[in-house]
This record gives sequence, structure tokens and C-alpha cells, in this order.
Amino acid sequence: MDLSTLIQVLDSGVRLGIPLLLAALAGLYSERSGVFDIGLEGKMLMGAFTAGAVASITGSAWLGLIAAIGGSLALAIIHGLASITFRGNQLISGVAINFLASGLTVLIGQNLFQLGGRTPPIKGAARFESIDLPGADALADVPVFGTIYHDLISGHTILVYLAFAIVPLTWFLLFRTRFGLRLRAVGENPESVDTAGVSVLRLRYTAVAIAGILCGFAGAYLATSAPSAGFGKEMTAGKGFIALAALIFANWRPWRVLGATMLFGLLEAVAIRFQNIDVGLFVVPVQFMQALPYVLTVVILAGFIGKATPPRAGGEAYVKER
Amino acid sequence: MTRLPAWADVVLIPLMSIIAAFAISALVILYIGENPWDALKIMVDGALGSAYGWGYTLYYATNFMFTGLAVSIAFRASLFNIGGEGQAMLGGLGVAVVALAVPWPHWTLALPAAMLGGIAFGAIWAAIPGWLQARRGSHIVITTMMFNFIGAALLNYVLVNIMRPAGSMDPASAKFPTGAHLPTLYDLPLIGGYFNKNTPANISLFIALAACVAVWYLLFRSRLGYAIRAFGKSEKAAVYAGISPFRVTMYVMLLSGGLSGMMAINNVMGEAERLVLNAVEGAGFIGIAVALMGRNHPFGVFLAALLFGFLYQGGAELGLWTTIPIELRTVVQALVILFTGALDNMMRMIVERLFALGRRRRAA
Repeated sequence: MDLSTLIQVLDSGVRLGIPLLLAALAGLYSERSGVFDIGLEGKMLMGAFTAGAVASITGSAWLGLIAAIGGSLALAIIHGLASITFRGNQLISGVAINFLASGLTVLIGQNLFQLGGRTPPIKGAARFESIDLPGADALADVPVFGTIYHDLISGHTILVYLAFAIVPLTWFLLFRTRFGLRLRAVGENPESVDTAGVSVLRLRYTAVAIAGILCGFAGAYLATSAPSAGFGKEMTAGKGFIALAALIFANWRPWRVLGATMLFGLLEAVAIRFQNIDVGLFVVPVQFMQALPYVLTVVILAGFIGKATPPRAGGEAYVKER
Repeated sequence: MTRLPAWADVVLIPLMSIIAAFAISALVILYIGENPWDALKIMVDGALGSAYGWGYTLYYATNFMFTGLAVSIAFRASLFNIGGEGQAMLGGLGVAVVALAVPWPHWTLALPAAMLGGIAFGAIWAAIPGWLQARRGSHIVITTMMFNFIGAALLNYVLVNIMRPAGSMDPASAKFPTGAHLPTLYDLPLIGGYFNKNTPANISLFIALAACVAVWYLLFRSRLGYAIRAFGKSEKAAVYAGISPFRVTMYVMLLSGGLSGMMAINNVMGEAERLVLNAVEGAGFIGIAVALMGRNHPFGVFLAALLFGFLYQGGAELGLWTTIPIELRTVVQALVILFTGALDNMMRMIVERLFALGRRRRAA
């Protein structure tokens, strides 16, 4: 394998890893606050649809992004109502949200555009085009470093750079601010936070809303970040579940989320690029590469390698003492 | 807090949930620009108005009875088995392996063998997450979810690389031998006249009904069922009573996976008569809605499965005759899960208020 093939695969790994990164970070906020979120897939799908629809109608990618956040946030609020206010089963609520998004996106999309659930193709200002970082063209001919800079680091859309920036931001917010401390505490031991006079409900709603916003970003990336050109039916295709797997694989930590999502993105890129891989003794089938993120997550969950320790109060509604 | 009478809990709250789900769906239909009342008439007519219609309604209902029972039995033990989809997929593989293994002379021999194949494969696919939960503490919801995807990849591999007949491009197995074809309801004596030759409802319906009765007996009349329910109510109390959490978890997951796997006699053996990639078509997930709607009781599951069978066939008819896309079914399914599963407490609060109001009136 030569350098240019390697860079192509890495580049495609980054592109495939970004929606996973954004969705996994979304899950990180929600689950760290003690609210399980298996509705990442649905929120991302809704975000992708509203982004594609609004961007194609208004011709503005930024309005599309705002719409994506709105669409995803609406589902996040339902999840908040069900799991925080009404103390319902958070997992069942997540399942419902996934199906709601899956059905509504097609129903509304078909009604608006009559394209079988797709949104009209977009280009130009209606989508986020790739950005050339300063000096990318000038350095393109420099061996190795120039190629990496030009082909791998430069030439992504603003959403990609934004997604990477959210990782340190999340780390700082969760581990270096008062808000972050409280948010983590509410996921481990909500009674202590309540005793300190801080509202458990408000913290959890905030976390669930942040999750909604980040899933909106992930959806907008899928539908309106070049080279994609609009929303397609069932566009997320299980990405929300791989993101959830990555979050567990990363043990609910922001920097590890970055590593896990990029790894899973890379696995997908390798599966797409090489299909069945002949390693000499035997052939690794493409289906194995596709299943690998899930297998790895099960192995981690089982504690055979490493140990997954979810937030302790995860999944339980908080009932204030009277 | 007002105590609710039992009938309100068992009948009124699910009923209100489904009314809420249908009301919101009606709004969606209005938004699309169709008349909800006409839509309902098309659904009723398409799903129940003809031999053709109920042939399909009962076929879907058979699938949903199996997966609904599977989810219910796990729910009774406080285990949320979200992996019915994958377990039914693997069950299909088990049924196909058995059906293709020998040139079956008659379906009466092929059916019990295929059932065992489907049960075994489905049960194994549920038992691994069960074991991981009981012994390693892995969250069963996440592992069963992961096993859905792993199962899909495995099935894809097996169909493409092993079971696909030479020269075929389709990722599907060979046709099952004629001796492994199940009689449809049309082929049966006495009731055959009420059914259409071209509908997939088959003898598996009676096995699904028997499964409902068997699960009822198991849950409410057997020692194991008592252990399952006790464990589901309180793990600590169950342990104190000498019930082993490991054994209950394993039994429940084996039963749950086996029921999902058994579904394959209907969709794989009864309908397609070969194994295709997307044989389950989401029935595993609909099992969640059916179990919630049916209050995890086999009789409730039976009724809810009929309702969802109606919804599925009626929804398909809507897609055919109106501008309402077939995905309306998914929306109704989502709303039923939301209202009966996640917003259950909201419904309960509304009903409690109503009852409290009624009592005050009577007192005044």
C-alpha cells in the first residue's frame, strides 16, 4: 500500500468518523448526567432531514444547520419529558424516538418534495463546501508532510474542524468547570447534588439539550457537508448505534471518544475500500470488518479487555425526597 | 395519590395510550392533506374487509405474537431484550439449515425439526448477552443491541458466501424442498374456505397461539414463572428466597431468544420458503411495542399482535391507495411505544386526576 492510498483511506476514515464523533459526544453529555440515550440515531436522522430540507428550500447551509439543531432538539425534549419529568423508562423512550424519526422524516419529506423521502440535491451555498487551509496548495508538492497536510488535514468542511474543536471544549467543560463537576455528579450521585441545593432536573435537561444540539450538528454534517448533497431516507444507517458503541468503548471520556470514533470510522473506511481482505493465510470478509465495532464493544463491556464503568446513576429517574 | 382500580390499570391506560397515538397519527395524516377518517376506512377495509386482507393481517400478527411474547417474558424478569430482531434473524438461519439439510418427505416431519432449529439458533443468540449480563455485568440492552448488528453481518456473510446457490446473484438461500412447505390457512380443511390462496397466513398461526397459552402457563402457573416474576419485581427479595439470578437470567434469555427464533417458521418457512437477507422486516422491534401494549401478559400480547397485524396490513394498503407513505406504520409504532412505554406515568397521572375528580363529585 503506497502513501497516497493510505492517506485516502485515512481521509475517508475521518469523514466517516465525524458524525460518530459528534453523536458520541452528544451521548457523553446525556449519559454523564445519568440519562441513557439510545435515541442518538433518531435525533441524528431528524437533524439530517431538517438540515437537508431547509438548506434546499432556503439555499443556506447555515439555516440548514439551525434547522437541524431545532429538529434534533425537539426529539431531545421529548426524551427529557419522558425520562426526566415523567420518570419513564429511558431506554424505551430512546427506542420510540428512533422509530419516530425514521417514520416522520419520510412522511414529511415525501409530502414536501415527492422524492420518495429524499430532499432535493443541493450545491453551492446550500451546503458546507470544503475549505483549503492556508498554504495547502503551496505545500502540496512537499513529500510526505505536504501530501498529508494537503490531502488529509486540509480540504474538509467547517463542520469537521468544529467537531474536532468540540472535543477539548467538552473536556474542559466537563472536567474543569463547576457546571461540569455538577453534571458528572448528577450522573453518579444525584442526591448529593440535590443536597447542595442544585436542581437535578435542570442539570439533566441541560445535558439532554446539549445532546440534542450535538446530534443536530451530526445530522447537518451527514446531509449538507460536501460531498454529500442532501438527505436520503434512513441516511444514518445505524451510525447512532456505532456512536453509542464508541462512547462505551471510550469509557465515557471525551478524548477517548475521539480515539474510538476515529478508529470506528477508519474500520468502516477500510471495509469500503478493500472489501474482502486477503491476509495470506485466510481472507477477512467485509462483513467481519462491518461487525468489528460492535464485537469490540461487547468485548469491552464484558470486561475481558479493560472495563466499562458507566455513570452509576445512569438510567434511573431522580425522585426528590419529601 | 389515588389508587386506581385494576381495570383502569390493565384496560384504560393502554386504551388511552393507543387513542393518543392514533390521534397524533390523525394529525399527521391531516398534515399530509388526506382525511384521517377515510384513511381509517381504507385500513379497516384493506386489513379486515376481505379474505386477502385478513390473510395478511394474520400473517403479520403471527410474527408479532412470537416477538411480543419474547419481549414480554424478558420484561417480566426486568430484562429489556432489545435483540429480538437479531434473534429472529438467527432463528431464520436455524430454520433454513434444517429445511435444506434433508429432502423432507412431509411438512409434519419438517416443521418440528425446523422449530427446534429456529429455537436453538435464536436461544443461543440471546443466551450470550444473557450470560454476559449475569456473569460479567454487561448491560443487556447494549449487548443485545450490538448482537442485532453482529447477527445481521453474520447472516449477510453466511448468505453471500455459503448458502447462496451457485450462479445466483441474490444474497438468499436456495428454495426449500417441497416437503418443507407449510400448508397455508387456505389449504386447511374446515376453515380453508375463509381464506385466499395467495396470502401467507399459515399453520404457524396455531403454533403462535399455543405459544401464548404456554407462556401464560409458564409465567403464572409454574415454579419457574414465579421465580421469573419475583426476580423481576425485586432481585434482592428473589435472592433472599433462594432464587439464583444467574439461572433466572439464563432461562429467561433462552426462552426469549427461542420465541423470537421460532418466528422464523412463519416468515421464512411459511412465507418466503427460502432465507432472504431482510426476512425479519423489523418484527423484532415491533415485539417491543406489542409487549408494552399488551402489558407483558400473553393475552394482551395476543390482542396487541392482532392490532399491529391490522396496522401493518392496513398501512400497506394506505401506501397503495393514498398519498400517505407506508412509513405511517413506523410513526404509529413509535407513538405506541412512547405512550405505553416511556410516557406511561403521564397517562397514569391523567387517569388518576380523572378518578380523583370523579370521587370528589360523588362525595359532593
